[in-house]
Amino acid sequence: MERIIFYIISLLIIVFAVMAVSNRNLMRSIIYLLFVLIGIAGIYFIIEFYFLGAVQLTVYAGGIIILYVNSIMLVEKINTPLDLAKFWKRLLAGAIAFVGTFLTLIAIWSYNFKTVGVEKDTSIREIGNALLGYGDKGYILPFEVISILLLAAMVGAIVIAKTKKIQNIKNKTNIL
Amino acid sequence: MILNIFTDIHELLLGLMPENIVHITELVLIAVAYLGIFAILGLFLVWLERRIAAFFQFRLGPNRVGPMGLFQTVADALKLVSKELTGTEKADKFLYKIAPYFVITTALMSLSLIPFSYEIHAFDINIGLFFLTSVSSVGVLGIFLAGWASNNKYSLIGGMRTGIQMISYELSVGMAIVTMVVLAGTLQISEIVEIQKDGWLIYQGHIPAIIAFMIFMIAGTAESNRTPFDLVEAESELGAGFHTEYSGMNFAYYFLAEFVNLFLISSVAVILFFGGWLSPFGITDAIPFAGLFWFIIKVLGVIFIFMWFRWTFPRFRIDQLLTLEWKFLLPINMVNIVLMALMVWLGLTL
Repeated sequence: MERIIFYIISLLIIVFAVMAVSNRNLMRSIIYLLFVLIGIAGIYFIIEFYFLGAVQLTVYAGGIIILYVNSIMLVEKINTPLDLAKFWKRLLAGAIAFVGTFLTLIAIWSYNFKTVGVEKDTSIREIGNALLGYGDKGYILPFEVISILLLAAMVGAIVIAKTKKIQNIKNKTNIL
Repeated sequence: MILNIFTDIHELLLGLMPENIVHITELVLIAVAYLGIFAILGLFLVWLERRIAAFFQFRLGPNRVGPMGLFQTVADALKLVSKELTGTEKADKFLYKIAPYFVITTALMSLSLIPFSYEIHAFDINIGLFFLTSVSSVGVLGIFLAGWASNNKYSLIGGMRTGIQMISYELSVGMAIVTMVVLAGTLQISEIVEIQKDGWLIYQGHIPAIIAFMIFMIAGTAESNRTPFDLVEAESELGAGFHTEYSGMNFAYYFLAEFVNLFLISSVAVILFFGGWLSPFGITDAIPFAGLFWFIIKVLGVIFIFMWFRWTFPRFRIDQLLTLEWKFLLPINMVNIVLMALMVWLGLTL
């Protein structure tokens, strides 16, 4: 039964992915992309990687898509469908995509996959221990690097928001 | 005994069909049961809100249809079902129609994680609370899309306001939950409830837990778009807000989902602070299904507080709302998490 669900979800992912890139209405493309991302979360749930699935839902479906929706609402020509590209450009893109698919399929078919059951314990406790472990199989360094990156991003956002205000005040005082 | 009712059904089904199909049938049965709970909850809470509103304003409220007007909302729902579904001409029809289902589906998925008692718990995974927040974060999209696809300025402003409001306050709800998770030491909902056998978490964590509870109640009110944070549908400014253009059943979906979200927020509060299905001092632990009674009583209590808010506080302005979140609740929350972690580390919990 899991196999059937897997095929259904994969089919949905492929169909929606094609629709997302081929639709000429920006807003609808975003919604199709959302369905693709939710489908991927579904696959994580099938292989019982619940944490990864939930992260996929939070970060991509809940975060990135809402960011996209917000920024797309600022686009000028949102109500009119996008212009089609020139014919030779479409031809070129199609050819490149075809070659890419072909190479990927060759790579997949020539590799000898082994079936592996779920062996890893993916409970949240194990993940937490691994993220903060500094021994063997510990990920403390990447974890800290990412924390610093996030902190830098937040400080940067505040600085950008602040400077505008300061400049506004300066301009006002100049006028006065 | 009643305790065996689920195993009885399971064995009855096993007698009728092969094991594989029994599994699927049970999944479908559970889904249908939860849809039923969803509908009944929505209708009941709408009735409750109207009665409580009337109580606060010295009116009678709906009291004609059925005992104490209980069937008033059922009659309203029947009316809504029979109504024509109108739409705007230049709207994006596909997005317009799909938007209510985002809200409904996410509310229903979150509902499956709520333990009504020790026995009645559909989906108990080890990332329970995290899954709950991640699913409900997708629900905002339904409101965004409704605002966008309606092709109406009031809808759009309402939708954008909700987006901003829900994204900001999700942070506070999430951090209040994290504070309690630090104390409980697990994300699995059934384990969180089990830990509280020696005392509810609001007692175990005393000062930081009470601060977290207050933040959770404030942010929860904002998260479910209720007064004093109902800028989404500030009637005097925006008509009905993001669902101005929706009629009939499509409107009812938003309406029901709003009340189911209220139930969800209240039940998370009950699970995190007031011991979920556990009875006070363990007085009815021996009776099966008594947990259901206690859970419902506690949740109704919290819901009453939310409804009390509604008739007590005036509405905020959008800038006041965002100032409250980013300049007050968020810093308090961050300090509170550190405080709670220190307390757990030093063993100062009760």
